[in-house]
Amino acid sequence: MPHLSHATVSRKTRVATVAALLGASLAAAVAMPSVAGAAGGTVNLVAYSTPKPAYAALITAFEATPAGQGVTFAQSYGASGSQATSVVDGLPADVVNFSLAPDMQKLVKAGLVSSRWDDTPTKGMVTDSIVTFIVRKGNPKHITNWASLVKSGVRVITPNPFSSGSAKWNIMAAYGAELAQGKSKAEARNYVKELLAHTTSQPTSASNALEEFLSGEGDVLIDYEDDALYAQRKGEPISIVTPPNTILIQNPIAVTTSPSDPTAAKAFEAFLLSTAGQKIWAEQGYRPVLANVASQFRFATPKKIFTIASLGGWTKVDSTFFTPGTGTVATIEQSLGVSTAGG
Amino acid sequence: MPGPRSGRSVRLLGRVGGPGLVVTYLSLLVVLPVAALLSHALSGGLGAFWHAVSQPEAVAALKLTLWCSLAVAAFNAVAGLVIAWVLVRDDFRGKGVVNAVIDLPFALPTVVAGLTLLTLYGPDSPFHVDVANTPVGILLALAFVTLPFSVRSVQPVLAELDRETEEAAASLGATPAAVLRRVILPGLAPAMLAGAGLAFARALGEFGSVVLISGNIPFKTEVASSWIYSLSQSDDLSGAAAISVVLVATALVVLVGIGFLRRRFDISEAA
Repeated sequence: MPHLSHATVSRKTRVATVAALLGASLAAAVAMPSVAGAAGGTVNLVAYSTPKPAYAALITAFEATPAGQGVTFAQSYGASGSQATSVVDGLPADVVNFSLAPDMQKLVKAGLVSSRWDDTPTKGMVTDSIVTFIVRKGNPKHITNWASLVKSGVRVITPNPFSSGSAKWNIMAAYGAELAQGKSKAEARNYVKELLAHTTSQPTSASNALEEFLSGEGDVLIDYEDDALYAQRKGEPISIVTPPNTILIQNPIAVTTSPSDPTAAKAFEAFLLSTAGQKIWAEQGYRPVLANVASQFRFATPKKIFTIASLGGWTKVDSTFFTPGTGTVATIEQSLGVSTAGG
Repeated sequence: MPGPRSGRSVRLLGRVGGPGLVVTYLSLLVVLPVAALLSHALSGGLGAFWHAVSQPEAVAALKLTLWCSLAVAAFNAVAGLVIAWVLVRDDFRGKGVVNAVIDLPFALPTVVAGLTLLTLYGPDSPFHVDVANTPVGILLALAFVTLPFSVRSVQPVLAELDRETEEAAASLGATPAAVLRRVILPGLAPAMLAGAGLAFARALGEFGSVVLISGNIPFKTEVASSWIYSLSQSDDLSGAAAISVVLVATALVVLVGIGFLRRRFDISEAA
């Protein structure tokens, strides 16, 4: 019966194929570790949302180095504050990268990151950036400096400072820029009030803010320079205006106290801070924290870049300005709310 | 014999296992999380709870959320009735498609819904309708996400409604308006109320679809869920829980009140 024999043959062939495939995959599984060498392991990377595209490039480059061969990554991105809370609540994290230092302090408080995390050559920072303005292509509203944001008819978007780390940088940039021009603290505070009165939208996060701006909202979006450069690289119809006085954004990084694979985690952190790693950061729009790399790239040069330390440091600034209900910004929002409700 | 045995087991499930299973399931899914929320909200004591819910920004956000949710529930109760009416009583080409479209707001991730609404009814609106950064934008987003509740709760009741009573009323000389008011609406009122209750409860807590189009300006267009999000981001989790408790309590009061009203309707129907 030819029919039957045909079936038998094809079954045999199938069995042989399956066996061959099994054998091949087994061989591959056995061979893999020896090909990968001594490295390997997994790194749980928890970061704020903006560097996600940069990490795609950085991880690819890291995996091509001897220390990075065979290392696998579990990545989590989200709002900086949420990410820190998630890690405290048990999200596995080996390398953490936040948008601002107070989020790192949450992990220090929970015993997940050493209190000496900022005792490094770069003071615990992996990237820098500045606060900048994104405007419509060609700058139709002639935005040049902080004062032009509060001209009548200018609609400003900055995220809500109580829900977004980037908004805190923006507010402190505005405040510090006034001080840098010789204004008093009261005058600087007044400027922040005027600026917030010009906001037509305070989105919950920097990424929501960019989406709203790109969908036509507002005349000026206050944003991270790296985010602005990213939008420009993607071909969005925007122009970037660097204010003459602005704040240096410093993004902290750390390896947690008990990483799942200490060698891999430390090797990855070291790569991010190496010359090669910092070059990739710079190509992605971040200002390098290594002077020898920074000198190879041309970033916008404002007249003055001040730091959060010059304004008292995050711990003090956070409690003075951003305590919900009682902080300076909360009081300002309240007075704006009351004044508009009254008239 | 499998027949009687399975029958007995069904009865057994109904008498003994059923309530137990239901209570366990509800506890795990609803009661425990709400209790945890409550204990979180009161973790700082009653004083801290009151402080969180009486902050001016919290009060403003709660007020805005409450009136927007009430307005949307009322508006969609009427719109839902009209849509259900057309779907049940009228025959037209593409009725199946329209019927399926009603549920789309449930299927769409709310953030996507928010972005879509912003593109259509924001500053770059193709129809030149810009309601972004206004309470109208909030109402629009809430109306969008709650529409299925309003239609789907009325539709089956309307389909079951006895048309002979309407015809009898009409043949006895009742005007169409009188038929609607005295015959149809009383029969539909419990279902409309149920739909409005669900829509209201959903609107109270809605976040994703609202935050993009509202502008999220404190004291003007910031809804309660967004303020809750801000508090959680500012590391004030018990404050966030406190505001949530107010929302849950409000929803509970309204849903219980509606349940009470519906029973009143059912009794007057029977009498």
